[in-house]
This record gives sequence, C-alpha cells and structure tokens, in this order.
Amino acid sequence: MSEKVVFYQGNEACAEGALYAGCNFFAGYPITPSTEVAEFLARRLPKQGGAFIQMEDEIAAMAAVIGASLTGAKSITATSGPGMSLKLENLGFACITEVPCVIVNVMRGGPSTGLPTGPSQSDVMQARWGTHGDHPAIALAPDSVQEIFTETVRAFNLAERLRTPVILLTDEIIGHMREKFTIPAEGEIEIWDRPRPTVPPEEYKPYDISEGIIPPMADFGSGYRFHVTGLNHDETGFPTNIPSLVEPEERRLMAKITENLDIIEKYEYMEKKGSKVGVISFGSSARSTRSAIAMAGEGGTSVDFLRLITLWPFPSHVVNEMADKLDLIIVPEMNLGQMIEEVERSAEGKTEVIGVNRVDGEPITPDQILEKIREVS
Amino acid sequence: MSDRYEVRLSGAGGQGLVLAGVILAEAAALYDGINAVQTQSYGPEARGGASKSEVIISDSDIDYPKATAIDLLLCLTQEACDKYTDDLKEKGIIIADSRMVKELPDGNYTIYSLPIIDTAKEKVGKTFVANIVALGVIAHLAEKVSFDSVLQAVLSRVPKGTEDLNKRALQLGYELIG
Repeated sequence: MSEKVVFYQGNEACAEGALYAGCNFFAGYPITPSTEVAEFLARRLPKQGGAFIQMEDEIAAMAAVIGASLTGAKSITATSGPGMSLKLENLGFACITEVPCVIVNVMRGGPSTGLPTGPSQSDVMQARWGTHGDHPAIALAPDSVQEIFTETVRAFNLAERLRTPVILLTDEIIGHMREKFTIPAEGEIEIWDRPRPTVPPEEYKPYDISEGIIPPMADFGSGYRFHVTGLNHDETGFPTNIPSLVEPEERRLMAKITENLDIIEKYEYMEKKGSKVGVISFGSSARSTRSAIAMAGEGGTSVDFLRLITLWPFPSHVVNEMADKLDLIIVPEMNLGQMIEEVERSAEGKTEVIGVNRVDGEPITPDQILEKIREVS
Repeated sequence: MSDRYEVRLSGAGGQGLVLAGVILAEAAALYDGINAVQTQSYGPEARGGASKSEVIISDSDIDYPKATAIDLLLCLTQEACDKYTDDLKEKGIIIADSRMVKELPDGNYTIYSLPIIDTAKEKVGKTFVANIVALGVIAHLAEKVSFDSVLQAVLSRVPKGTEDLNKRALQLGYELIG
C-alpha cells in the first residue's frame, strides 16, 4: 500500500492506525463518543480476514480482547468513561497475565453516564490507577487526527514489545474532529510483534525470564500448553504465594515500564528564550494552548510549552527541569485538576503551579489560557 | 488566528448539518488544498435538539478547532438561531431559512433570509437535500472555497444514484442569491 491522503475523523484514524499495526481482532460495546472506531473496524476487519465482535457488554468485550490476544491476535477495544469503568477489572487481569492489547478511551464528561456527547479529560487518573493493585500503566494522548493514527500504531507496538495493555486516551473533540491526514505507506512505520518462544513446546514456560524481563509468549492453539491466571504465579504460570517468587514478579511488571522509558516517553517541549511562564497540556487542550501561546507571542510575551504525548508514565524529570527555570506553570485540562497533581509533585515546590479547568462539556478556549498568562506576566 | 475563516452550520439533529460541514471542509482541504478542520456538537437525541457543525478554514495550521469569531452562520431552525449566534463577528453573514427562522438577531450582520428548505422540498422534491441547498448558498458567499470544489466534495460523499439530485440541489442553492 502506498501513501494515501484522506479527510478523516480522529476515531476513524484510530481504527486505520490499528489496521496498519496489524490488528486483526476487535471486541467492544458501542458507546458515544467512541462508536466510530467500532463502526470502521466492523466494515474493514472482516474483509481482511480479521474478526469483529459486538459483545453483550464492556466487561465481556475486554475479556474477549484478552482471549483473542492469547491466541496471537493483535486486539483492540474502544470505549468511553462508563465502559472504561467496566473494563478495569479485566484490564488488571491483562496486566498481571502480561497480555498485549490496546484499549481506546474517547473521554466524555462523567462520573457515571455524565455527558455522553460532551468532551472531557477527566479519566487521567483512572488511566493510571483505575484497576486495583500495583500495576504498570501506559497511556498515550495524541492531539490531532494524524497523531491519533501514529499513536495507535505506537500503542500496539508498545503493547506487543512490552507484553502489557496500553491505553489510548483521546476525547470527544479530537475523536470526532475531522482533518486531512496522510496514511503512511506500508513499511514506513516499523511494526513490532510480541516475542515468541524459540524452545519446543515441552520446554516452554510462559513466564520464563532467563532471556530478559519480557518473557516470550506462545499462541494458544499452536501446540504450546500453558496456564493463565490472575493470581500471582511462578514461571510455569500456575498460582503461587511464595513471598520470594511473588515480589520479584510484582517488581518485574513495573520494571518493564521503567526500564523501557526510551521507547515509551514522548513529549514536545517548545522552549522560548526568556520565558518565565510555561504551560503543560495534552490532547485537545494542547490545541487551545498552542493558539493561546501564539496570541501571547503576538503581544510580546514568551511562553514555554510542554505537550505530553505519553501521559503515563508521567515524565516527572522534564517537569522538574521546567520548574527550575520558570516562575509559573499553567496546567489547562478539561477536569477539575488531575494532571496538575503530577505536575505539582514533579515540580517539588520550585515553582508555582496553577490550573485552568473546565467541566461544562465545552472545550477550554485559547482566551481562557491567554487570560491566565496575562494575569501573571 | 487572523486568517481563519469560520463557518457554523446550525439547525436540528437529523437535518444533515454534520455531513454538510464535512463536505465543506473536504472541499477546502482536499480540493482547494488549504487547511480545514471540522467539528460537531450535538445532543443525545438522534433527531431534533439543537445541533451544530463547525468548519475552520485557514491558509495556516489550525490549532483551536472550534469557532470563536464566526464569519458565516447558517441557521435552519429558530432554536439554533437563538442559541448559536453569540460568537458571530461584526458584519458576519447569517444565512437563515426564511420559513423556519422568523426572529433574526439584532446587530451589525449581513442577513440572507432564504427559502432553503422550500427549495429542497418544492424544486428538488426531497426535503432531505436542504443541507446541500444550504451548501450551494454557502459556496456562493464563503471566502476560501470554490463552487467547483464543493461540487466535487458533494459528489464524492453522497450515496450512489443520488448524484444528479444533489447536484441540482447545490446549483439551486447557489442561485438563491442573485
């Protein structure tokens, strides 16, 4: 396939990105504002030998995604807040069993069914801590239709390489927004597959880490027999509560993230000479921020901008460096203050941190951010 | 943000305003080769309720994707006209359906009260092409998009077998302004 220019919705670009990454399984339960991801894959997956299944609810959908991945499929589900809440139990199961999968959350207002058609960014902390227990979390937050495509591809690549669930966190605005974007030619973006065993079936241990912290993963149905459980397990996959086996495994799950930050972390830092104020944002609020910073610049005020593309793990070291230089960091987000807590923690009190928040179902406007910049400049 | 041309298409859910916005944006982005972003805002209803679709057209990159200083506003219902006029620029254009919108806002605006829905119903014979008739009017009045591009975008988006119907609707809309 050669490069192709299209005019797509963010949700459609997400589905197209999934196909580019080799996705061949979708299970979900439709919910505004994510439904177009399912609709697109319902049309396209069966035509290319993949499977699309609408399940009875979001819990079953997440279970199906995990099951499909265990057979070797690259699998995805798409939902919004209320559905995400239901998927959390099985998300934890995917974390501890180390099953690669991608979960798209097109955020809308909450809690509960909240504002079905209104945008929000209020699932930031849910993406990190929604499922219980210590667990690894990767959440990616693109801000354009093109980037929704590339970050969906990256979500699959990270899920496969690290054997972990990856959350793509978008919102109603960029999910439904249409822009021109380019579908790259086949081969232009590298596609990764999970490590698979090289040993014969009789020697296979599903959580054998003698070759590295990401254990090779066999496909169910390929002749390799293994046990999968949500209980803490040893290298054979069977349950264990032996302390000397449990703790290293718990730590390894986290180390898969912390030892691979070079491929997980992604942000843009636009530093301006002489600026004393900076803004940190992500997703559709980053678009408002860019407009606000451009307007401030026209008025002669320089403002630094850190746009987070990977939200989790949070790049504390970058924020900490920003805090050394700046007198103030502004954090616009469509919630009542979630990412700001990470910013404050990372800034270690070296600079003032203030939020710009909005939860009425309307986007944060460039003027709202500009007003804050002017108040303090 | 000065070279942005902002269009808001408003009416009731089910009138095809999101599709009209998509077509207008595609005309600009794919056929006229400039930047365009389309967004939408609607209620939970499948039909009825105030609905809007916005298109920002610009020679430069478009960051904030929603309308803030509207150049052209289309209103196909009174409710939409009452609700969505706020961000209209001074001297901005209002295109209102003459049957549905009786009360127009006070202010320094250029107002076109036109029989959009009646044209669709009586001259094309299908009420559901009112959105395409409206696009014809917009193609006539909007800066930054050409009639030919809008026509190409309409033809690439509408269902097969309805091309002539939609082409006629677009042409009649274009001719509503003398």
